Amino acid sequence: MTNATMGQVLLWVVLPYVTFAVLVVGSLWRYRYDKFGWTTRSSELYEKRLLRWGSPMFHFGLLFVVLGHVLGLVIPKTWTEAVGVSEGFYHFIATSMGTAAAVVAVAGLVILIYRRRSTGPVFLATTAMDKTMYVFLAASILSGAWATVQTQILAGGHGYDYRETISPWFRSLWYLQPEPALMAGVPVAFQVHVAAAMLLFALWPFTRLVHAFSAPVQYPFRPYVVYRSRDVSVSSRAPRPGWDPTDRAR
Amino acid sequence: MKVMAQMSMVMNLDKCIGCHTCSVTCKQAWTNRTGMEYVWFNNVETRPGLGYPRTYEDQETWQGGWERTKRGKLKLRAGGRAKKLASIFHNPKLPSIQDYYEPWTYEYDMLLSSPQGQHTPVAKPKSLLTGDDMSIQWSANWDDNLGGSTETMQDDPILKHMSEHVAEELEQTFMFYLPRICEHCLNPSCVASCPSGAMYKRVEDGIVLVDQDQCRGWRMCVTGCPYKKVYFNHKTGKAEKCTLCYPRLEVGLPTVCSETCVGRLRYLGLVLYDADKVGAAAATEDEHDLLAAQRSVFLDPNDPEVVAAARREGIPDDWITAAQRSPIWKLIHEYEVALPLHPEYRTLPMVWYIPPLSPVVDVVASSGSDGEDGRTLFAAISQLRIPLEYLAGLFTAGDTGPVERVLRRLAAMRSGMREVNLGREFPEEHAAAVGMTGDAVQEMYRLLAIAKYEDRYVIPTAHSEVARELEEMACSLDFEGGPGMGGAGPFGSSSGTPVPVAVENFHALSSRQTADSPYGPSTPGRVNLLNWDGNGKPTGLFPPDEPQTPAQPGGTAPGDPGSLPGGRQDAAPDSPDGFDGSAR
Repeated sequence: MTNATMGQVLLWVVLPYVTFAVLVVGSLWRYRYDKFGWTTRSSELYEKRLLRWGSPMFHFGLLFVVLGHVLGLVIPKTWTEAVGVSEGFYHFIATSMGTAAAVVAVAGLVILIYRRRSTGPVFLATTAMDKTMYVFLAASILSGAWATVQTQILAGGHGYDYRETISPWFRSLWYLQPEPALMAGVPVAFQVHVAAAMLLFALWPFTRLVHAFSAPVQYPFRPYVVYRSRDVSVSSRAPRPGWDPTDRAR
Repeated sequence: MKVMAQMSMVMNLDKCIGCHTCSVTCKQAWTNRTGMEYVWFNNVETRPGLGYPRTYEDQETWQGGWERTKRGKLKLRAGGRAKKLASIFHNPKLPSIQDYYEPWTYEYDMLLSSPQGQHTPVAKPKSLLTGDDMSIQWSANWDDNLGGSTETMQDDPILKHMSEHVAEELEQTFMFYLPRICEHCLNPSCVASCPSGAMYKRVEDGIVLVDQDQCRGWRMCVTGCPYKKVYFNHKTGKAEKCTLCYPRLEVGLPTVCSETCVGRLRYLGLVLYDADKVGAAAATEDEHDLLAAQRSVFLDPNDPEVVAAARREGIPDDWITAAQRSPIWKLIHEYEVALPLHPEYRTLPMVWYIPPLSPVVDVVASSGSDGEDGRTLFAAISQLRIPLEYLAGLFTAGDTGPVERVLRRLAAMRSGMREVNLGREFPEEHAAAVGMTGDAVQEMYRLLAIAKYEDRYVIPTAHSEVARELEEMACSLDFEGGPGMGGAGPFGSSSGTPVPVAVENFHALSSRQTADSPYGPSTPGRVNLLNWDGNGKPTGLFPPDEPQTPAQPGGTAPGDPGSLPGGRQDAAPDSPDGFDGSAR
């Protein structure tokens, strides 16, 4: 942790850990206290035509973007080089796939925001929290897309190699030996993107974005028809934390 | 054999006058909330007509229910598990609000607040979605009583599937009403469609419910249900549906729609069925055999083997007795006059219908013949193809045979009972012609026409005795601020999780509501500590206070009603005097 200024420590050590804590504790709290509010709050009932294009584009685009982030941030450069992926090849794949995914996701986002603003019932069903969330979501996605365009495409050559700076910094957070100095020389566009994303993650548990955590991955593995007994589902008083229900023999 | 009990309903369509009382009382009880304005758990459709939501029966468009694959397996028509997950970001087959109708209210305030003027003020319709002025184009029963149906009737999915000559003869229009609730199917496609596993069928009584805490609003259930009886609450973002009024059923009361039905046409009771046979029955190859297949799933509650198997499955004895007395079992199995709605959806629905004879009777009567005469009726039933085919399109996947048999039984009952009314013997040959005995027909008449309350509704109460009573004891300290502190969360009573609806709350509430005094014991001189909710001082719990001198300034206890300013000096001694503020 040499050469790190106070501002750098705040931005690249304190903020990520605070974000992580808020995300985890906030999600647990929300899940325990507000299961009823844990939903996508779909507006498809109001409007289908624009949603039909916007939503799949945004979500599938974003899934690919997330996949790209996992590849770029989690997997060290030495690993990919060990299996024979050259820097040039990696750069080409990452930039082309990433740009394509970003274009689809951004186009979807634009359609969705336009739909939300222009369709009366949808706009009326938009809460203040939704609007705040949209600001941070759009900021994260647009700054990320801009960073890619500016440093990877317009800059020419092999572009900016974030796998030498951002990725090691990101992994250092997980080893609990944060190295904020790595972020010092990173282009501003990337710095903005990372900061915006952290703020978005801190906001995450308190918005409708929680629906991402309830992706129905168990659906393919359960029997079609679910049976439940009245005994477990109904009680004359609200369940309270702290007491495990005793198994009552009938 | 795995015996399960299913609470089910039969509706006698001949007696439905289309008054919508069931819809209105259901709405008042369950869906008079924001987000549910457009929702009718119970609705009454005029047939022929488009239904609610519009053309919901057209499964080529809406893709509800199950279909049978070539290899004989059942598959959700809207796509299997992989397709469901692939289309999770946008459900392509979800009806939009316009397919139901855009909910509205009227500017009633204008009627009172507008200034005096030359013209009478009007209450303009306002959309409940946008708040803007709107022109009302459709509603849940827009084509009620065939209103405007010359424009829309050709879109009726049942008529579309009928043969061509119908359109020409449609001018001799027939009509009847079809009240609809959730079918609480044995093989529910909505439950199968739910990616979150939030929908379930209750083991005890087969009621299909949505766990509101587990629903994530993926909306696949709305698509999955071919009857379109699961609705999306656009305010909460959760699916909601008819609950068969389970909080009422659990205490032995009929559903709100049944209780308030003016025509007394609804029957409620148990059916025992073999859960192991459900899958095979739903996958029956020929659609016309689905009715027989579903009947074969049901178990005779009078069969000793079935009773023994039911006991082994833990079905209580009073439930078995209720299944033996069930009017549903009689109508489905003994008299064989009830038919399921759209068996071709392969969900094995459990709200059945007695098809109406009245379209036939009306035609016979309007042609100048005797609408009550057995021979005329029998001839008319087989000649009047339109009503017959239409009813078959609704109840038997297009097979007119079973519908014709039912209508002949109803005709035999009608003409036979006319003879009895005229003081003659019941004509046994009428009963024999439809494969029944005179006694059986007269019993059926008592169930259908006299329809006593206790015959229509045979509802065993939920079983809670041991565990729940213990829980009530623990609950008695659960008032706000009390030692149990269960009354409210840290953020006040409107926060946190709601108190669940349950039999026990119902009993506690009703006993509190019907008690003479909210705190006093029902028997003078005795205190039932188990029923005491911890509030106040029930009379007899403590030795009587020292006699107090009335109206002594500053010397009375703060809670003594006699001492309060303006308090009733003549309050009866056993009035709620236990309500002592200092005791809380």
